Amino acid sequence: MVLQASLKNCLQLSCILRTPKAGFRSATSGSLIIQSTSDDVYQNLAVEDWIHDHMNLENRQVLFLWRNSPAVVIGRHQNPWQECNLRLLRQKNIKLARRRSGGGTVYHDLGNINLTFFTSRKKYERMENLKLVVKALKALRPQLDVHVTDRYDILLDRHYKISGTAAKLGQTTAYHHCTLLCNADKFVLSSVLKSPYKGIKSNATPSVPASVKNLFEEDPSLTCEMLLDAIAEEYATQHQTDHHITLINPADETVLPGINNKTKELQTWEWVYGKTPKFSVSTCFNMVYKDSVLDVKVDIDIKHGRIEVCNIDLPEQWLPPAVCSELVKSLTGSKFCPNETTTLTATLLRVCPQDAELQSRWNLLCENMIMLM
Amino acid sequence: VCIHRVRSCSGIQFIKSKYVCVFDKSALKFSHQQRLFRTSAVSCGQIVQFKLSDIGEGITEVTVKEWYIKEGDSVSQFDSICEVQSDKASVTITSRYDGIIRKLHYNLDEIAYVGKPLVDIEIDASKGVSPEEDVVETPPMSHEEHTHQEIKGHKTLATPAVRRLAMENNIKLSEVVGTGKDNRILKEDILNYLAKQTGAILPPSPKAEIVPPLPKSETVPAAPKDRARKIPVPVSRPIVFSGKDKTEPITGFHKAMVKTMSAALKIPHFGYCDEIDLTQLVQLREELKPVAQIRGVKLSFMPFFIKAASLGLLQYPILNASLDESCQNVTYKASHNIGVAMDTEQGLIVPNVKNVQVCSVFEIASELNRLQSLGSAGQLGTNDLSGGTFTLSNIGTIGGTYAKPVILPPEVAIGALGKIQVLPRFNGKGEVFKAQIMNVSWSADHRIIDGATMARFSNLWKSYLENPASMLLDLK
Repeated sequence: MVLQASLKNCLQLSCILRTPKAGFRSATSGSLIIQSTSDDVYQNLAVEDWIHDHMNLENRQVLFLWRNSPAVVIGRHQNPWQECNLRLLRQKNIKLARRRSGGGTVYHDLGNINLTFFTSRKKYERMENLKLVVKALKALRPQLDVHVTDRYDILLDRHYKISGTAAKLGQTTAYHHCTLLCNADKFVLSSVLKSPYKGIKSNATPSVPASVKNLFEEDPSLTCEMLLDAIAEEYATQHQTDHHITLINPADETVLPGINNKTKELQTWEWVYGKTPKFSVSTCFNMVYKDSVLDVKVDIDIKHGRIEVCNIDLPEQWLPPAVCSELVKSLTGSKFCPNETTTLTATLLRVCPQDAELQSRWNLLCENMIMLM
Repeated sequence: VCIHRVRSCSGIQFIKSKYVCVFDKSALKFSHQQRLFRTSAVSCGQIVQFKLSDIGEGITEVTVKEWYIKEGDSVSQFDSICEVQSDKASVTITSRYDGIIRKLHYNLDEIAYVGKPLVDIEIDASKGVSPEEDVVETPPMSHEEHTHQEIKGHKTLATPAVRRLAMENNIKLSEVVGTGKDNRILKEDILNYLAKQTGAILPPSPKAEIVPPLPKSETVPAAPKDRARKIPVPVSRPIVFSGKDKTEPITGFHKAMVKTMSAALKIPHFGYCDEIDLTQLVQLREELKPVAQIRGVKLSFMPFFIKAASLGLLQYPILNASLDESCQNVTYKASHNIGVAMDTEQGLIVPNVKNVQVCSVFEIASELNRLQSLGSAGQLGTNDLSGGTFTLSNIGTIGGTYAKPVILPPEVAIGALGKIQVLPRFNGKGEVFKAQIMNVSWSADHRIIDGATMARFSNLWKSYLENPASMLLDLK
């Protein structure tokens, strides 16, 4: 959605963003409001990284406005298996991203707006930013009962969470970003943020579940565009700068040199899944085979998203021990990922003894193992 | 540009030394950021306790979430040391010093306290322990970084080229008077400084200064333009290639492939190749493509190749068989589960179309569509990937004509299809015409398949494809 933007501002921005830190002078040392033209979560997170790494924020601050197509975003030190229903995400083609800031897991779609406040490390101040947002909301709709809690959440009607916060501090710069629920799909939100995986033991940062509500439910005349505009206006006033929103394209290398590499890095398996702190899965499941039900106990240690240790406790002789140990040996070191495990086990099956009974047992066990991932 | 100053310590008094320092002067590197890993235990510096600095917002404790370094690693100033978390904020702690990490004070997930030591760093004895002082060395910059990071405490404005010039000549930027805008240090300033030192007028180096293209901009713009005008490296300097070999363990799917392919090569393969004239098939497909499209299916050549193979297997069932491990028994498989090699991000995956012998060409096409979309989404199931009895590999979509495919156990045959080329051929009347030619390369298990069988199967398959109408006669 195009808000106020002018070509002049785009050019000015490309000068600003391109010139290195030691660069800017008083002529353009005002604060800046920018908005992304993309709804791809990886591209938008990459813009945050880029600004954090490359902009000189000693004398200026930046507000970045962005929205994403359906995606689940986990915090830097979280465990995606613990936080969301990965199977459902894959089925529904909802992206999974890991951001660089801390905090908990959120669901984004186009009915949710994201705000990032960039400042120098010294000027990092989350409360002020959230109060700004609340002020903007109240200016737009004075009757809204919204306030900031000491956990940096924004609550509607004293009870429903409409905004969550996270932050990243670097050497000289810092950013604080938060969400704001305008008209997100609450049904999808609650179903994807419920993890079906059992037996996970992990030191990863857990999310704190909360009841949520959309601002739209409180006042159906509200739209994302209105909220973005109101917040930009309040920001412009408080920072004594023009209420001009400059659009930026997160794929444009000329304005943001090196951005595409940052985007790619955020999409790698090693970042999204591999950065999960060490955890273990201890669980059991039942397998129905012909006329009997079998109990299988599984213990897996996962480090950097890969299986470090794997123990499968099967009823004796259900699978020849050699075959079972071959499976465990192959799983060790491989990614804790359903696709990897499917292709791995299907390939291994080629060199197993070729009797149909064995093969169907193998397939049954492997399918159940894959369900854990 | 990151430079590790490495000097021999013989002339310097050190605080706790028991070893002779041995440094290699060739460690001076001018290329991208380097970490020097010293394998010998040398100690000639002072141990400094790097304390966890203030996080802000009155925070006194944080949790250590990730270490980027370990004891014994070399770090440079501004390198990331660890990631800590406090109340939804993730903080990257960077090093204040150059040196070697000697001790980590916390394990993962432990609480660290602001103001208390985080790591012990052994720094070079020649450098002082002045945390906020101006630093001569520039922070590590890769080719991708186009910014001038502020040097802690002291803003020295100078372009990368000027900095390098200063470093090459052992000049402290803080001692040079800058005559550029905002006291920026220009190349001329460095040369003047040098001239004063050496008492000579130095000739200007060729094309050293980078000219900012934007007239309004007051600083140096980003590197893409810089790179084009970078100073060529003088010939006298030895060319140092700092790339390193990278060894990784083979895991997961690739490990399984190693096993399978090793088993496959135990099979005595023989090859048989031929050329197929697909002129008529190309025309037929053109006619049928829109019909399939209306039914929601994308029609390629593969469904025809697959169906023709199945018809051939009905006549030569030994090619759809399996030999047991002891080579005592041959099992003739009833179902024709024809595998189609697919190139995905992970590598070579071979899902198969089940029971081709009872499927129509359209049904095969439809199933192929399903397998292809699952394959590209990384969502193929175990059932799709197992139970194959015969395989076709359409390597021609990538390129190539003839190939030597490897049989996938427990199968006994495989065919590789090259690309379709337009080539001149002679027809029955001796005239030259434009033919659509594709090459096929078969491999078969010579323990139970002989050349004649393979040749006859191939001829039959070829005849179905060269004259598609003949397929109609034998379709079940």
